[in-house]
Amino acid sequence: MSLALFVLVNLYFINLASADEKLRLTGSGASFPFPLYSAWFKNFSKMNKNANIDYQAKGSGAGVLDFINRTVDFAASDAAMKPEEIAKVQGGAVLLPMTAGKIVIAYNLSGNPKGLKLPRDVYPDIFLGKITKWNDPRIQSANPGMKLPDLPITVVRRADSSGTTFVFTNHLSAISPGWKSGPGAGTTVNWPGSDKFVAAPKNDGVTATIKQTPGAIGYIEYAYAIGAKVEMAALQNKTGKFVMPSTESGVAALANAQLPENLIAWVLDPEGEKSYPIATFTWMLFYQQNATPEKAKILRDVVEYGLTEGQKLSAKMGYIPLPDNVVSAVRAASKKIQ
Amino acid sequence: MKVFEEALTGEEISGPPSKSDYLMDRSFRGIAMVCAWFIIGVVGLLLWEIGYKAIPAIREYHLGFLTGTTWDVNKQVFGILPEIWGTLYSSFLALAIGGFFGVSMAIFLTQDFLPARLALVFRTIVDLLAAIPSVVYGFWGIFIVVPFIRPVADWLNAEFGWIPFFSTTLSGPGMLPASLVLAIMILPTIAAVSQDALRQVPYRIKEAAFGLGATRWEAILKVILPTASAGIFGALVLGFGRALGETMALAMLVGNSNQLSLSLFSPGNTLAALLALNFPEAGEREIPILMYAALVLLLITLAVNMIGTAIMSLSSRQMRSGK
Repeated sequence: MSLALFVLVNLYFINLASADEKLRLTGSGASFPFPLYSAWFKNFSKMNKNANIDYQAKGSGAGVLDFINRTVDFAASDAAMKPEEIAKVQGGAVLLPMTAGKIVIAYNLSGNPKGLKLPRDVYPDIFLGKITKWNDPRIQSANPGMKLPDLPITVVRRADSSGTTFVFTNHLSAISPGWKSGPGAGTTVNWPGSDKFVAAPKNDGVTATIKQTPGAIGYIEYAYAIGAKVEMAALQNKTGKFVMPSTESGVAALANAQLPENLIAWVLDPEGEKSYPIATFTWMLFYQQNATPEKAKILRDVVEYGLTEGQKLSAKMGYIPLPDNVVSAVRAASKKIQ
Repeated sequence: MKVFEEALTGEEISGPPSKSDYLMDRSFRGIAMVCAWFIIGVVGLLLWEIGYKAIPAIREYHLGFLTGTTWDVNKQVFGILPEIWGTLYSSFLALAIGGFFGVSMAIFLTQDFLPARLALVFRTIVDLLAAIPSVVYGFWGIFIVVPFIRPVADWLNAEFGWIPFFSTTLSGPGMLPASLVLAIMILPTIAAVSQDALRQVPYRIKEAAFGLGATRWEAILKVILPTASAGIFGALVLGFGRALGETMALAMLVGNSNQLSLSLFSPGNTLAALLALNFPEAGEREIPILMYAALVLLLITLAVNMIGTAIMSLSSRQMRSGK
């Protein structure tokens, strides 16, 4: 009986599919928002039976290349697009910030002390290799209640070029002149040469290496730190307050973001007492002129879904919900997708 | 016509090859030839494609690319000496460890130490090592090998820090964990080819050694191993070739840091890891540079494999003429 029903249901869907041709849309790009995007697209495809969306998390750089070469219907990038890249897109590109995230500084110390405080003149120097021991007076004096060990600091960084590194190094450049004139900002930078600097691929590789190395410190996406239960440092923000990464402190960081006409803004060193200092938007890239009006319509629907239902998911998954002013700006800009 | 039909039904056992036999034979030869040339063609195409795409980088960076030690995308300074060093160093270390165990295992499995069935079980297990995905080896290295060797490494560094090999403390990822995992990965190749080489030693040579009063170990070490030495050397070269190209496990374990250090506990970098980690996000300007690095790796690997194959064929020729 149940088998017969199963066959019937299947036949029904096969008929449905053949009667109503499904539109397949493909996208590629950033891996950091991938868990969120894949949940969005799964739900969206369920709600809209006539559309099927595939997203490949190849990395931001690869997504931008695919977008310029027109091998995808849309793309996603943590590093937005450079003006000269946008110029290469025939008919124009629309860049929409769809969600936002935080980057945390995670560490591994014996006894798992919580909430290590890192002043804003100290953590750039750790990543510059100038502070090499955990019991360095500059770290110790910010954490009087904590007994820090006489252990070398092992810095764990990303080995592959990544949007995470891009945002983190941009933040360090904004707050530390020594960093700006040294390694600088980019998807990969020239890190200090030391045998206490090791690199691992992807967010999960860095997380695993931090977990396995006593005395390690590294930067990862908030969601990965939560998932792996590593300790996160409270960072000193622009107003001098130490702030732990959380959804609220992320929302506070983005609240003051002013988006220009092209919707590309960097929150390099956010204002506000409650703001967590390292937060960033991440963008979806669309063509202004799409192959068919149907495709453009579905892409606009995807954006609308992401701005409404999608935002409810984002906090649950470790991302920052977009502030209302950003949502309305993105909704207005999405009309350019034709 | 009648004869032809009989030949086809196979009732007549002897007789000249029929037309269809000739046809089969010719077409099989033809297909085999096409396949053989196709493989050579693919290698040629690969070299041409990579070389062609690398031309802009070769023009810009010349041979200084091979001796530079900085990789800085922002300042457009590129050098791969630490990667070349790391590739060769990790492969040599893996070869030393994997070679010792692989050849020992081959002796153990071919020289009647075990009942034939048990030897087969062992052989299958070793061959199974080759089927484990690289990324699994990588995670195994991070979660098991690194914590396991950390106390040993710390002790060696504290007591013998003046020896260059132990001059740094182990951060986690580094040359030694990478080489240990790499050694296990190349073990099946070395063990399998060494077994073939040892089996090729004619039995009467062994008998003659025993007849002269040699003990079992004397026969193995002084007669059988030297006789099979060329074949075993070939096995080592093949294992070395495999170690050079290994990517994912190394990318996870070597530390990916541009260090030129003799220390076993220092992080390093390899060419394959550099390519795998930088390609996905490489911009248009970086691709020729990565292609140049790929060309260097390809040439190193090709050279090593050609030497290995040459030694192997030399060894089997010697064996045949020795009979």
